[in-house]
Formats: sequence, C-alpha cells, structure tokens
Amino acid sequence: MNDDPNSTEDREVVVRTRSVRKTYVMGTQTLDALKGVDLEIYSGEYISIMGPSGSGKSTLFNMVGGLDKPSEGQVFIDEVDLAQLDAYELAWLRCRKIGYIFQTFNLIPVMSALENVTLPMVFAGLGDDEARDKGVELLGRVGLGDRIHHKPLELSGGQQQRVAVARALANSPAVVLADEPTGNLDLNTGTEIINLLRSLKEDHGVTIISATHDLKMLDVSDRIIWIRDGRIDRIERREDLVLRVGELEGH
Amino acid sequence: MSDPKTIARQVKLPLSKAIEISFRNMRVRFGRTLITVGGIVLGISFLMYVVGSEQILLALLENGPEELVDTLAVPGDEAKAQQIWLVTLSLLVAGVAISNAMLLAVTERYREIGTMKCLGALDNFVVKMFLMESAFQGMVGSLIGCFIGLVMSLLFALGKYGLVVFTVLPKGPLLSNAVLAVAAGLVISVISAIYPTYVAAKMVPADALRSEI
Repeated sequence: MNDDPNSTEDREVVVRTRSVRKTYVMGTQTLDALKGVDLEIYSGEYISIMGPSGSGKSTLFNMVGGLDKPSEGQVFIDEVDLAQLDAYELAWLRCRKIGYIFQTFNLIPVMSALENVTLPMVFAGLGDDEARDKGVELLGRVGLGDRIHHKPLELSGGQQQRVAVARALANSPAVVLADEPTGNLDLNTGTEIINLLRSLKEDHGVTIISATHDLKMLDVSDRIIWIRDGRIDRIERREDLVLRVGELEGH
Repeated sequence: MSDPKTIARQVKLPLSKAIEISFRNMRVRFGRTLITVGGIVLGISFLMYVVGSEQILLALLENGPEELVDTLAVPGDEAKAQQIWLVTLSLLVAGVAISNAMLLAVTERYREIGTMKCLGALDNFVVKMFLMESAFQGMVGSLIGCFIGLVMSLLFALGKYGLVVFTVLPKGPLLSNAVLAVAAGLVISVISAIYPTYVAAKMVPADALRSEI
C-alpha cells in the first residue's frame, strides 16, 4: 500500500506476455480476440483486468493462466515460456505456480471444504497429514476454521468462495488468478472477498490477478489494466484513479 | 520468489484418490449408478442363465438316470446359434447402456473435470477416475447378474427335471462359467467406458470452465 508506485521496476516479474495474439476460427470466419498484448506483472502486485464483455479479457486471463495457448506471441510465468511446456509440465505449473479462483466457485461438490483445499496438495504429492494440517491452516486464514468438514452445498456463496481462495493458495502459487471472483456474490459478500484477497496480498505477498468488472475492485488494485477490443487500452495506477472513481460512483 | 525457477513434470497419480472420488460420485448419483448396474445385471444374468442351463443339461445327459436321459432333447445347432445371438445382443445392449450413462456422467461433470485439470490433475487421473467408476459398476453388476442367472438356471432345471438335478450338479463347470461371465461383464463395462473417458480426458480446461451446465 505504501509502496512507491515506481518501485515496481526492481521487483521480480511473475507474468510477462509478449505480443500475444489469439485468433479463433469459426468456420469461414476468424475472430481476433487478442491483437497483440504486452504486459508485465510484478511479484506481490494486485492487478485488475477490466473491460466489457467480448473485450478479450477472459481470453487474456486464460492465456496467463496456462488454460489456453496464444496463436502468436509468448506468455511467461516465472520466466518460463508456457508454449514450450508439454502436458505434464503444464499440469505441474498449474498445480504449483498458479492458483485459480472462479466466478462460479467450482468446488468439487462431493468433497468437504477441507478435502477441496487439500486436493491440489494431493496432486502435488504432499503426504496426507501434511496436507490436512496445511488445509486446516488455510481455511483458518480465510475465516472458515469452524467449517472445514462442511460440503460446498452446506456453505453460503461467500463461504464457498472463501474455500476456493484457500484452495487457490494450497501450493503457495506464484500468482493467484481470479476470474470475476465477486460476480456471483452480493455487495457485502463481494466486498468481504475483495478485502480477503487484499489482506492476502498485504500480509503474505500473494500476487493477485483478477479479471472483473466489479468497480469495488478498483479500490484495492495496485494497477488496473483496461482491455478494449483485444488490446490494452490503458494501464492505470490506483493512486491516479481515486478521483475518477469518485466521479464515477459519486462518493 | 523463493522457489527455484525450474519446471518439473507432474508425476503424482494418486490412484487411491481417484478411487475415492469415483466412489463418492457413485454414491451421490446413486439412482443413475443403479440404472447402469441394472443394465449389466440384466445382460450378465441372461448370459449366466443360458450357459448354466446348458451345463446342467449336459451333466444330466452324461450322469443322469437312464429313464430321464431318454426323454431329454439335445438342443440342435440352430437353437444354439439362436441362443448365442440372443446373448450377444443382450451384452451389446448392456454395453451401449453403460457407454451412454458414462457419457452423461462426463457431461454432467464437465466443469468438475476442468477444475481438477486447473488444480493440476493429469489426463491420466481423469482416465483412472472414470474407468474405475465403470469397472466398479461392471463388477457389482456382473456379480449380481451372475448370481441371479445361476439361481434362475437352477430353478428352471429343478422345475423341469426334479430334484435329480442336485445329484449331477456340475459344480466345477458352473463355477468356471460364472467366473467367465463376471469377467465378461467387467470387460464390457471397461470397453464401454473408453470413449466417454477419452472425451473427458481430452477436454481443454478453459472450455470446461466456460460451459454452463
């Protein structure tokens, strides 16, 4: 929070994209979802990717998360070029370097909160006891210490998203990707989740990248990347933005 | 970053976890599990009934009292061919039913599979999960079907020939046929699940997450 805005230059780059393009071919038509995106995201930053639907926001998000491959250009996570990885390495990267948070929570319905959180650790090869201890600790950190054995359907939306946040942190990833994390939540619960993400960033140095059009997000983001028409429209720092938000929301 | 900047290959394939998850899925979707199991029960019980009856008849022809043997009609080749055809058909139907049920299970769990892939699950893990599920259903269905078919063939033989059946009961051949019937049920279940499993394993995680089901 108190960082000098310019100090990011000497921090480590966690995510780097180099003229990333993505073209979808649908029959005879081609759609350029991304038209060359260059981006650098630093360790410990809270980034919001904003843009209207169809702007290429989700496509960029998928590229950065190793969920989809660019048609042209490169995506680096922790200086590793995703295009060079085979399926096994990509799985390894998704498991340990990236934590995902989704709009629809995407918890496994047949598993308890604790089991959902420990699943990525199981995939990473952690022992049962170790995974359980870490899972309990993470659930405590997101404020669900007393609900670890509840199934997702026995939890409210906000609580489910907290479980998802804990799950995203399971293997101490280099970056947490959140796709519209507040999209299915009411105002208060959404604010709670945003505050939780913010505190994770501040207290634990977690890097957070969030695709969103929730304006509440602007308040806590270090930088906001505006996407329009498959390109980066502008990148703003929060400090420069406060006034604009004030105008926008009228408070 | 404290981690060294190296990438390793994901190797962990926790089989126990795959089994655990597939078991839970079967429990949660118990109704559909029952239908799938029911399909294989029908197919295998019919198979077992046909081979069981035949074994009993053969045993009677060989060791039964003479006055009974004289009255027995040995099934002709045509009748046999017809029975083989019927059994094959019933097994095929059971296989298609399983395939269909597994495809439904995959579609229903599209997002779940995508999520697991995001969390680091390998294609292999997804394959194990679904094959396990199908193999287990096939196993249970075959065992039940085998038992029903055996009991039915015995009951029919008792009704037809009387208690003499028990004196000539071909335990060895019946048992080995029962084992073969269970194996057949298991193989059919696993083969029928191959295509649905392939669909699940090849799914691109981004697609899986976008799907609205």
